[in-house]
Amino acid sequence: MDRFETYRYDVLVVGAGGAGLRAAIEAAAQGASVGLICKSLLGKAHTVMAEGGVAAALANTDGRDSWQVHFRDTMRGGKMLNDWRMAELLAREAPARVVELEGWGALFDRTPDGRILQRNFGGHQYPRLAHVGDRTGLEMIRTLQDKTVHSPGIDVYMECTVARLLKDDGRISGALAYRRETGRFVVFRTKAVVLATGGIGRAYKINSNSWEYTGDGHALAYDAGADLIGMEFVQFHPTGMVWPLSVRGILVTEGVRGEGGVLKNSQGERFMFRYIPEMFRADFADTEDEADRWVAEVIAGRTATVRRPPELLTRDVVARAIAQEVREGRGSPHGGAFLDIASRRKPEEIRKKLPSMYQQFYELADVDITRQPMEVGPTTHYMMGGVRVDAETQAATVPGLFAAGEVAGGLHGANRLGGNSLSDLLVFGRRAGLGAAAYAKAYAGDLQVDAREIEAIAAELLAPFDHVGGENPYAVHDGLQDMMGTYVGIARSESDLRTALSELERLRARAARVGVEGHRQYNPGWHVAVDLRHLLTVSEAVTRAALERRESRGAHMRVDYPDSEPAFATVNVVVRRRGDAMTVDQEPIPPLPDALRRIVEGKD
Amino acid sequence: MDAVLRIFRGDAQGGQFQDYTVPLHEGMVVLDAIHHVQAHAASDLACRWNCKAGRCGSCSAEVDGKPKLMCMTRMDEFQPSEPITVAPLKAFPVIKDLVCDVSWNYEVNKRIPPFHPKPPEPDGTWRMQQEDIDRVQEFRKCIECFLCQDVCHVLRDHEKKDSFAGPRFFVRVASLEMHPLDVASRTAYLEEQGGIGLCNITKCCTEVCPESIRITDNAIIPLKERVVDDFYDPVRLAWRWLTRRDRAP
Repeated sequence: MDRFETYRYDVLVVGAGGAGLRAAIEAAAQGASVGLICKSLLGKAHTVMAEGGVAAALANTDGRDSWQVHFRDTMRGGKMLNDWRMAELLAREAPARVVELEGWGALFDRTPDGRILQRNFGGHQYPRLAHVGDRTGLEMIRTLQDKTVHSPGIDVYMECTVARLLKDDGRISGALAYRRETGRFVVFRTKAVVLATGGIGRAYKINSNSWEYTGDGHALAYDAGADLIGMEFVQFHPTGMVWPLSVRGILVTEGVRGEGGVLKNSQGERFMFRYIPEMFRADFADTEDEADRWVAEVIAGRTATVRRPPELLTRDVVARAIAQEVREGRGSPHGGAFLDIASRRKPEEIRKKLPSMYQQFYELADVDITRQPMEVGPTTHYMMGGVRVDAETQAATVPGLFAAGEVAGGLHGANRLGGNSLSDLLVFGRRAGLGAAAYAKAYAGDLQVDAREIEAIAAELLAPFDHVGGENPYAVHDGLQDMMGTYVGIARSESDLRTALSELERLRARAARVGVEGHRQYNPGWHVAVDLRHLLTVSEAVTRAALERRESRGAHMRVDYPDSEPAFATVNVVVRRRGDAMTVDQEPIPPLPDALRRIVEGKD
Repeated sequence: MDAVLRIFRGDAQGGQFQDYTVPLHEGMVVLDAIHHVQAHAASDLACRWNCKAGRCGSCSAEVDGKPKLMCMTRMDEFQPSEPITVAPLKAFPVIKDLVCDVSWNYEVNKRIPPFHPKPPEPDGTWRMQQEDIDRVQEFRKCIECFLCQDVCHVLRDHEKKDSFAGPRFFVRVASLEMHPLDVASRTAYLEEQGGIGLCNITKCCTEVCPESIRITDNAIIPLKERVVDDFYDPVRLAWRWLTRRDRAP
């Protein structure tokens, strides 16, 4: 092991998107020494792709908003499966976190009286998303990146991938990583690890995620023995690009609908009026006239006096509606729906409020969104499930392990509201940084890493170089993506999920035989081969959890169990490792305290 | 129909261009073609990418000699009969194939004096008018693709990396200097470390910016004016001479 580069930190943060950066900043502010690892260059993490905004009940644009309403929207959007304490913390703390960013240099769009402007989004009762046009994520990541660079005590390791977590007597004691540039291994010895690795979107072919989203944190935590919850809840965003093939899956921000865009089928019908769930009927317009009045009022900067358009229902509802329209033969030419903002807003307004969308369609799809409708369809976007954490500290069920952001589970329940992921990163990134730093300070023991274990992992990671003429790692990845889309996609059934489990066995066997060409220096084929292990783990976890939840709820739809079942209304599906086997259990969610229940029921 | 990509394969020790044939499909971009080569012909072909939507600035390369984001460059821009050349950015040392060492940029960024806001209003927040932040929001669109650094003569041809920050970081400084809340001054940095005087405003950076930031007109020229005001205005020079003991070290 002495031959490996070795570093020691109090806290090791894995991932440098919004959650990882915020965690690193906070841990360093508490006096911890911090190592921050990212698979890409700093500032390129997937947070950069977030478009619509960060949800925080600042009540600048509509004074009726409050943390209570934000909490209620989040719980109802999550179909009440959320960790209610996390949802409460999110709603209470998000405004302070957004204002804090402004103090670090972020520049959000403004209201006429000079405060932070907020826009409407699906599932949020009032305009709540602080934003910068449609590039809010870029603004956030750049602000956090610069804060990190000027925070003493943080060392950044760019283009470095963590392959395994290391433990000493049940506690986290380190991580084994490799540098992409050289292929050399690095040993990090640390008291605490904060996972902030994002999601699992690359398990699916049609997705809105970057190559980094291979479920690393989910799999690292699982391998280390931590509980995963809610893995059956994969968010399919309703509006991804569907044509041309080259851009299939790339996100079209919900902000288009927030700015008044409408969804139509091939017959020109605004079909969302037919898909309003009972639970939301009181809050949504039932005529085009009422929906249009709402848009007119909001655009004019007035407080809405009528109900909102059904295009702003939660993502699970809209994605399923589009899929059904396509299935029933009313889809657009390339198998989606039409999203029309051109007939609703003036060209100069569209270019000002949605500049990236304008550019994306103009340059990649030959579509001018100020004149033509967009073709959109569901795309794998976000993982609601993840590492089970303590709401206050983000501590996982393994001592020394913490998780924040998309890799953590619980906050979003069965469906995440748009805009809540960015506030999640800030609120729980900070809390994970605090939690990990406090844990590291309190733990005085001498943690060891096992040299033989490290040698064995290193040998395993290098095995693909010895498999001359082995399976092509890209082909195995491609096979996995096809399989997950076919059998574990937006509509699921027992027989499909069972097929998926046996397909996963075959894919696992193929993955064990992958071979790569060339040498260890910056070798993407090898990187894909290493990522496959994580992708297979999370794919199995999603499939097993989806089998276990024999009902439809939020993002999880079972065609053989189309209704929500009371028996599943208060349980988490927990995935954990026992020996080499993946086990699945149902565990009750603690009941909602009365004070919070009254808020959800709209009585407070 | 097929196209031929002529891709640089090699590392710091050198290399050569190698031809790869890829099938074309509607709407295809250069990055799709690179991914096809990785999946079918050369799994170890090194290239950076992330978002594939022009948002992250990772997949910068020189395509037929022009600095571009590969994810936003359509294959149908090129003559199908001619090979399309794809090479790494020339202004930075090659690591392998299309990946080069851009770490110098991150070092430059560390030396820029950070954001320093004025105190907030009594309610803990700040008031700013949209008109006052519009021009700064233009600079904050930068995705750090470093195409502007790649084409800048001072960096590309004259190798002045030790004394010149480059257009990306003048945009960064402009975003701080013109920030309505910021109270720090960076003219000393621009004059002494940033080397802004070396820029002879040929606007090459502006031409390649995928975010259409008017780098020269809106960032560099106004910053040059601030430096002149602070360092070369005779009245201020005299004032500084008279008060120099009060200057911070």
